[in-house]
Amino acid sequence: MIAPSLASQLPDDQRIVITGIGLTAPNGNDWTTYREALLNGRSGVQPYEIRYFGKTLAGICNFEATRYQSKKDIRRGTRAGSVGVYTANEAVRHSGLDWDNVDKSRVGIYVGVTEHGNVETENEIFVIKGFDYDTSCWSHHHNPRTVANNPAGEIALNMGITGPHYTIGAACAAGNAGLIQGAQMLRLDECDVAIAGGTSESIHTFGIFASFNSQNALATHEDPTKASRPFDTNRNGIVVAEGGCLYVLERLSDAKARGADIIGELVGYAINTDATDFVLPNPERQAQCIELALKRAGLAADQIDIVSTHATGTSSGDSQECVALRQVFGACTSTRINNTKSFIGHAMGAAGSLELAGNLSSFRDRVVHATINVDELDPDCALPGLVLNQAQEVKQVDYILNNSFGMLGINSVVIIGRL
Amino acid sequence: MTPAEIRNEIIDILDDISPDEDLDNLKDDVAFREQLELDSMDFLDIVMELRKRHRVQIPEEDYGNLASMASTVAYLEPKMCDI
Repeated sequence: MIAPSLASQLPDDQRIVITGIGLTAPNGNDWTTYREALLNGRSGVQPYEIRYFGKTLAGICNFEATRYQSKKDIRRGTRAGSVGVYTANEAVRHSGLDWDNVDKSRVGIYVGVTEHGNVETENEIFVIKGFDYDTSCWSHHHNPRTVANNPAGEIALNMGITGPHYTIGAACAAGNAGLIQGAQMLRLDECDVAIAGGTSESIHTFGIFASFNSQNALATHEDPTKASRPFDTNRNGIVVAEGGCLYVLERLSDAKARGADIIGELVGYAINTDATDFVLPNPERQAQCIELALKRAGLAADQIDIVSTHATGTSSGDSQECVALRQVFGACTSTRINNTKSFIGHAMGAAGSLELAGNLSSFRDRVVHATINVDELDPDCALPGLVLNQAQEVKQVDYILNNSFGMLGINSVVIIGRL
Repeated sequence: MTPAEIRNEIIDILDDISPDEDLDNLKDDVAFREQLELDSMDFLDIVMELRKRHRVQIPEEDYGNLASMASTVAYLEPKMCDI
């Protein structure tokens, strides 16, 4: 018996459920493979080299882009667009929707992004450098590639979707923000199906590596698979990753009517802002965000079975999130806490949605995947309930809380319940 | 470049722009658009690639000369004969 959330008191046409998942992660190109990697401790972090910056590490995806796109469309568009097209098509396929008969004007696309346009701008500057910065050699594709809606718009073009499409710029909180936006639009009756989540092409911009490196926040390790190590005393920064995870969201009433396989229900969410610093987190605001999501869900902290942390592997960020978690969950005896970035690195705009997807399988397999690479737990991060290095079987998982925080002090939390 | 070399160069550019197309059976006297899925952005790619590869400038009023392979080669021959 699942302890009810406030969402369960809403009419079915105001209850929002997940009915499909499409993803590409550095360690898996579908939900099942990704889950197997997380349960078996398989990292997706590899050696990587990018112009100007040189050798580094990254979470690299190897999805089959031509499954849903022509080579021409791949060339014309962006990596973020390709990630979006692949994951959106996979999500729709997974949902079992009768796509040919879905009214495409009633489908909305809401894609969270940390940034967009850096990759394409760097590419063009690199090209014109070879022509002594002659701007007549600057591609006419630059603008359609770099408009902020590109990662969502390419999905619309590919799938013939004529409802609303746009991206949600929310730094590394974007994956959750996309999901939240999709749910809100369903509740407002702006669409009947929402394709929502987040994407990232960030490993293709040297600037993100260089900037984190200048901030002393870029991970290094002789073994790439051990570089992303949130909560470990010897963590030394972020592993940048690409990836994407888009969900098919529907109203519960619609999902029931078509007999959909319901993966989970969005029972609570919150977004707030630190308003204190460009990059440094604010645990007080993070805790407030978590508590607001719990309040909206009508849940107590100890009803959360899994907390999927945001921790990125930076010294400050991890310990500060743990301050917030200790404040909210410190007295909880059954809540498990894990971290998915330890496997895939930080997938930026996709992080929130990918990390949630990694945990959603727990509703069915009743296993909590671990945080890997914790050889020496930082005492500042020694939270009760941390699942370290080995996955744990549990009796039941009813509620999963997913943290995703970003620069400029944006915090986001979603809570998904089992139905 | 000879007309044959110019043609080969255009084929190479089209192969980049439209990698899904079969260019082996391209008919030189038939408009590109009647044989290939090319839109205005693709024609701008042809112009851009000629500029980048050979510094050949094609003013907008001359774009009509790029309608078919035959007309393109004929138009480019005086511009590229010394390359």
